[in-house]
Amino acid sequence: MGSMQFGIFTVGDVTTDPTTGRTPSEAERIRSMTAIALKAEEVGLDVFATGEHHNPPFVPSSPTTMLGWIAARTERLILSTSTTLITTNDPVKIAEDFAMLQHLADGRVDLMLGRGNTGPVYPWFGQDIRQGIPLAVENYALLHKLWREDAVDWAGRFRTPLEGFTSTPRPLDGVPPFVWHGSIRSPEIAEQAAYYGDGFFANNIFWPKEHFRKLIDLYRRRYAHYGHGAPEQAIVGLGGQVFIRRNSQDAVREFRPYFDNAPVYGHGPSLEDFTAQTPLTVGSPQQVIEKTLGFREVFGDYQRQLFLVDHAGLPLKTVLEQLDLLGEVVRELRAEFDKGRPANVPDAPTHAALLARTARTDTREEPVK
Amino acid sequence: MTMATAPEDSRPLRLTVVTAGLTVPSSSRLLADRLAEAVRRDLAEGGREVRVGVVELRDLAVEVANNLVTGFPSPRLAAAVREVTAADGLIAVTPVFSASYSGLFKSFFDVIEPEALAGLPVLVAATGGTARHSLVLEHALRPLFAYLHAIAVPTAVYAASEDWGGGADPFARSLHDRIARAAGELAELMGVRPARQGASGTTLGSDSDSSSDSSSASEPGSRSDSGEPAFVPFEQQLAALKMD
Repeated sequence: MGSMQFGIFTVGDVTTDPTTGRTPSEAERIRSMTAIALKAEEVGLDVFATGEHHNPPFVPSSPTTMLGWIAARTERLILSTSTTLITTNDPVKIAEDFAMLQHLADGRVDLMLGRGNTGPVYPWFGQDIRQGIPLAVENYALLHKLWREDAVDWAGRFRTPLEGFTSTPRPLDGVPPFVWHGSIRSPEIAEQAAYYGDGFFANNIFWPKEHFRKLIDLYRRRYAHYGHGAPEQAIVGLGGQVFIRRNSQDAVREFRPYFDNAPVYGHGPSLEDFTAQTPLTVGSPQQVIEKTLGFREVFGDYQRQLFLVDHAGLPLKTVLEQLDLLGEVVRELRAEFDKGRPANVPDAPTHAALLARTARTDTREEPVK
Repeated sequence: MTMATAPEDSRPLRLTVVTAGLTVPSSSRLLADRLAEAVRRDLAEGGREVRVGVVELRDLAVEVANNLVTGFPSPRLAAAVREVTAADGLIAVTPVFSASYSGLFKSFFDVIEPEALAGLPVLVAATGGTARHSLVLEHALRPLFAYLHAIAVPTAVYAASEDWGGGADPFARSLHDRIARAAGELAELMGVRPARQGASGTTLGSDSDSSSDSSSASEPGSRSDSGEPAFVPFEQQLAALKMD
């Protein structure tokens, strides 16, 4: 695995294919998601990330169950989320589930925390959406502690207190899973990621780049402010959305009905306007390479690039073909992104790298004691 | 009328006109132009120069609808929103449709960030086929701008078809008089209020002057003019939770 990680993230929507009128069953969609994950490893991608939802038409309510299944059938792929709801999940259960997954996957696990975008999830889980930011702040403070301290005493506003609680299993090798904080508009979350020296993932796929440049600039500046390194050493992840065919006209013709009827942006702007204003690329491998390399010009050298490839009712066969093409694109992107990458820009985080860093820190600190 | 002008502030004032008329030409635009000219004249008499910008919502109808669907404005719509949020005064004119403002008029204000019009002096006006709908100004437009924390001037102007000819109510003030009175109220507010800090309007707006923001080192907790996101320093967020 190199300086950058490339992968895919899925929403897990069950959507009618607008070209055939056919709607997959939940069982079929779940099997498709796991097939897509295995294919991601086969074509040389580094990361598979699943969303978390608690309402139809989405299936992934239990991400670590799905990721555990995938972990058992893969060898190199990093299993991640996009996102894990830090607001409505009990941080104790997040600590336990992801530590267990870490052990089963030999450390090939990280996670992206988010607040979710479905209002009723808060009341369904006994929370208040107006407390979204305070929940994200308090719950993560507890999660961070549970993975780093063996016996935790805790009292907060949102969950029952803990006295000498030990979350089990302990993180693999004593190294907590790497955490990305995902946000599409809240500077508070960029600030939270900067404070902890964690990663910041800007899911920029549906909106123009100017907005995300401000958020990422803020994160980088505050990362330096909190003493984790220079602004360019902050750990940044970005989204992307692609539909690729060898010939760009074929890509546009095939994808247009999916675009026009897509749940998120369908029946709105034209495909042409949307590709001009957002990261969406519909075209040839070369066009995807050029647009993705352009992200670096706006956001600086970064660590993780995830693509959305399996939504809006695209059939599994098409998605698997997309992954073959994406594998080729990513080989080219790795080489291009490595060119001119400054030596002080950190590599993408892995369990092995975090373990090595912990070991170095330990040996450095030992003589002082 | 004596204008309370601040002598130290002589920059041109920005007056933005938003009109939701759908025909070309529309009576809403006609009313908007007459209001704008009256405000400009009043301020000129007080020695204040005015730059008038007009936002014709008809030209932005599809882009407003697209913003509702996607959550972000096209570059052209973002520019129109900035024209409104950076103004020192606003004239907002809508035709009356189904007992209220037009849907396009409301949708345009729906895509502007709720706080972006706070403190903005606004003159509300409407047009319709009959004077029987004139209270739309009081039961629809005024509450909308109150919600947005804009400052609506006391006189709102309604122009029915008959107001444009000789059929107007001879026992009421003429349209001409109502325009003069409302314009005077807006001009006075614009002349005495401190310069507004042009808020960016939509958080997702593509700022034309964005080259300046990466260099500005703004203080945490404050909103800078350059579009830097406002945020609370993390220690304060933690402290507010009072965790053990």
